[in-house]
Amino acid sequence: MGIISRGFSGRGRSRPDLPPGQYLVTDFPVLSAGPTPRVSLDSWELRIQTERGATRTWDWPEFRALASDEVTVDLHCVTKWSKLGTSWTGVPVDALLGQLTTKAAFALVESYGGYTTNLPMADLRDGKAWIAYRYDGKDLTPEHGGPARLLVPHLYLWKSAKWVRGIRLSTEDEPGFWESAGYHNYGDPWREQRYWGD
Amino acid sequence: MSESPGAGPAGGSTFGGSTLDGSTLDGNVLAGALGEIFAADITSALGQCASCLRTGPLAETRVYSGAVARCPACAAVVLRIVRAPDRAWLDLRGLRCIQFAIPADQ
Amino acid sequence: MARAAVLGRLSWRVATVAAVRDEAAGARTIVLDVPGWPGHAAGQHVDLRLTAADGYSTQRSYSIASAPDGERIELTVVSISGGEVSPYLTEVAEAGDQMEVRGPVGGWFVWQPDAPDPVFLLGGGSGLVPLMAMIRSRAAAGSRAEFRLLYSVRDPSLVLYRYELRERAAESSGLSVTCAFTRSAPPGSARPAGQIDAGLIAAAGWPPARRPAIFACGPTGFVEAAANLLVDLGHDPGRIKTERFGPSGGTL
Repeated sequence: MGIISRGFSGRGRSRPDLPPGQYLVTDFPVLSAGPTPRVSLDSWELRIQTERGATRTWDWPEFRALASDEVTVDLHCVTKWSKLGTSWTGVPVDALLGQLTTKAAFALVESYGGYTTNLPMADLRDGKAWIAYRYDGKDLTPEHGGPARLLVPHLYLWKSAKWVRGIRLSTEDEPGFWESAGYHNYGDPWREQRYWGD
Repeated sequence: MSESPGAGPAGGSTFGGSTLDGSTLDGNVLAGALGEIFAADITSALGQCASCLRTGPLAETRVYSGAVARCPACAAVVLRIVRAPDRAWLDLRGLRCIQFAIPADQ
Repeated sequence: MARAAVLGRLSWRVATVAAVRDEAAGARTIVLDVPGWPGHAAGQHVDLRLTAADGYSTQRSYSIASAPDGERIELTVVSISGGEVSPYLTEVAEAGDQMEVRGPVGGWFVWQPDAPDPVFLLGGGSGLVPLMAMIRSRAAAGSRAEFRLLYSVRDPSLVLYRYELRERAAESSGLSVTCAFTRSAPPGSARPAGQIDAGLIAAAGWPPARRPAIFACGPTGFVEAAANLLVDLGHDPGRIKTERFGPSGGTL
């Protein structure tokens, strides 16, 4: 630990109920890997492609017609901030996957703007993930991933890809943008899996 | 290899444009993190973008979240840096080649 | 000189606040003693790291404001409302406090005193800080290179180094300073408040034929506007070096 600067207390607060190494914040930091994509709802689409090449696509009206959940979840960012009790509205990924037949074990999530992240299929199923389009009672803003983003709160927030446009299901695990650059392939905050080899 | 910044994004200007919104910092801000890895200053080195082949100093890249540097002309990722307490990862796949100035022997 | 030295691996050093000095509304210079400081070049910066008692830590980059002076460096910090670090540095930190610095770093946005070319400095708000290091280094080295500074700032209460700039810009010193206000100008100003424009840059700086070395620093919007205006006026983009400080002129 670095030397302590008298009188300095930053935005983050240590709390015993947080995952190891995390600090509680009350704002909602915006971190991104590139320019904020501006996606018009007229051209927005979400495409899921199976390991056999079959696809299912939803445009914005079709997507918004799907039944949604309202959930309150905690967010944990690998840069050490955590934000508790955040409210979202989104379509459970289970409902989208239910419209396809697949035996794939892995998924690569793709975003407008080129960002990607990978997860095991098991982490997208069984009520663990949503495609969220509302945050804190309002339409999801572009800086936080709007029109829609993946929300997978049990993993570090880099897995909750902003500006989601598609999910590619595969029998192979393909590391995404950060996973191929030093971040952990899985990213469980409770086991502090931040980096390769953790 | 051209050493000047050259043409900017199509329809845009040399020194900025809407292509790269969200980045308000340039490659100068990476000098510290890269200085833990390299003995020579990297930000003044000239890099060639693997995507558009434009050459320019890494100081002129547009940096996001202190970790991703993008080409100021085409916005392709040219550099990624991840820092753990006792390790760092540097991905330079987005650069074809880096030119360093080394003072000639007197 | 730091330029030719191959330094050992760059790492964090303990810095102790020797003094603090108010510069303008919401702006303060922090004077730091850094044992082992290897010296620096004008325009370089440091990364500064603060750690709280519970282990939370964060870092920001600050340009060095001073000319080389043994193991002492000065940083001028402009407070950003809602910021995490700048309010601490401008309101809380006092002599005796400790923090960590990593540096000096930056090899691009640097002016060496043995460079003879005329120099055009364009600073927006806190962007003046590394340019001030260049002005101070020029004086300390006895350089005859001609300097022109265009300093753009919102209103007179925010002007940094007012008296020092006035003294250094005395007749025949080879430094001329033009101050432009963007929101509110002093009563009786020849130029009303407004954003920088081509006319201002042409009047305050050098004609392209002189091929000045150009340094533009400050908030991103200022830097990009200034650089585009310079290119439109005919200056060679290859002679323009820029350093962007973030949307509000600081990295918070």
